[in-house]
Amino acid sequence: KQYYHNRKMSILEYNGAAVIAMAGKDCVGIASDNRLGIQYQTVAMDFKKVFKMNDTLFVGLAGLATDVQTLDQLLRFRMNLYELREERTMTPQVFTNLLSNILYEKRFGPYFAEPVVAGLDEKGSPYLATMDLIGAIETTKDFVVSGTCDGNLYGMCETLYKPDLGKEELFETLAQALLASVDRDALSGWGGVVHIITKEGVMSRELKGRQD
Amino acid sequence: MGDSAYSFSLTTFSRTGKLLQIEYALNAVANGRTALGIAAVDGVVIATDKKFASALVEGGDVSKVEAITDSSGFVYAGVGPDYRLLVRKARKSAQAYFREYRETKPVGQLVKSTASVMQEYTQSGGVRPFGVSLLVAGIDGDGVPRLFQVDPSGAYFGWKATAIGKNYVNAKNFLEKRFQDDMELEDAIHTALLTLREGFEGEMDGHNIEVGVVSKSDGKFRLLTPEQIQDYLDEAN
Repeated sequence: KQYYHNRKMSILEYNGAAVIAMAGKDCVGIASDNRLGIQYQTVAMDFKKVFKMNDTLFVGLAGLATDVQTLDQLLRFRMNLYELREERTMTPQVFTNLLSNILYEKRFGPYFAEPVVAGLDEKGSPYLATMDLIGAIETTKDFVVSGTCDGNLYGMCETLYKPDLGKEELFETLAQALLASVDRDALSGWGGVVHIITKEGVMSRELKGRQD
Repeated sequence: MGDSAYSFSLTTFSRTGKLLQIEYALNAVANGRTALGIAAVDGVVIATDKKFASALVEGGDVSKVEAITDSSGFVYAGVGPDYRLLVRKARKSAQAYFREYRETKPVGQLVKSTASVMQEYTQSGGVRPFGVSLLVAGIDGDGVPRLFQVDPSGAYFGWKATAIGKNYVNAKNFLEKRFQDDMELEDAIHTALLTLREGFEGEMDGHNIEVGVVSKSDGKFRLLTPEQIQDYLDEAN
């Protein structure tokens, strides 16, 4: 039962999310908010939307929470089988295509999730990609966003982004872009988490934001 | 295969633990025209002889060496129609792989899935094993040349050089003497032709043998034209 609620919300907005990824100099960063809501009611402030696939590949999923979790499981399943069969790690490009294929298979009854892929390719160069809920891929050199406040995120990225940022600067840029965007969106926020991926390893930090 | 009257496997164990259907399939292979392959440091060559029953046969359009992906190919010894089915399945599987991953199917994966198909036909209802052994040649993204053999049982082996079909024992002995770990592709092609000639009845020319080559320089599997084969043969003379 919802109180004080008239308008039916779109499925992609049911749980709320903000996901963002950016490329730096020989590094990528990916971040998300922590909120899980059921329409306007917040039910969790620690809901994971960014998942590590391997040391140099992360995927962030914005959308219906059940599909976010199911896709994480499906992707891990497919990736593990691939690595066992092929005896090699999956490159970000192959992963993106696999994800696109998984989404398009459900073309007429899709997963309500819009993913963001961030990783380092075999040469160590940053790789970013996003797609819609039925798998249309877009690769970019600078940043990718997804979620209920994607408009806000685009605006913040266009303003704050600079190419070839080092990992500390990339962290700051990602954090500021994310926090400012979710503050103007009722459905996302309650803090966030940022992961910076370099050849040497992954640096993950929790963000303290407005808890509202 | 869908008919319920034949939903049991025709390939059954003998008392001694053998699968006779597979043994007999291997006999069919041993009676087939010779095929061989050599993996050099910078490429792979596969070849087979293409002798026809009569001079009236127009052999120009029928291929024994076939490309499966841009960078891999098959050749066989044994029953031709069985081979063509495997080629079709392998090509489809490679395209499905590309559709899923946007990457060319690696040779090893091609071998595993083809071998898996061949094994299925030894354990399914109403079918018989394939009467072919395949030689699979290719180069993956990692630049390593690879040569594999796949048998009717579904067993597969990696080779530096090997021969299958008629006269394969002599051909393998010949290869063993000639093969060197640092062999280059040009040498390998010459050696392959010399090995084929050992068991060849009559005069070998560009039209009665087929040669497929994949080189590390461009990673593309291609068939040599009869003119190119003739040039190699002339050099070898």
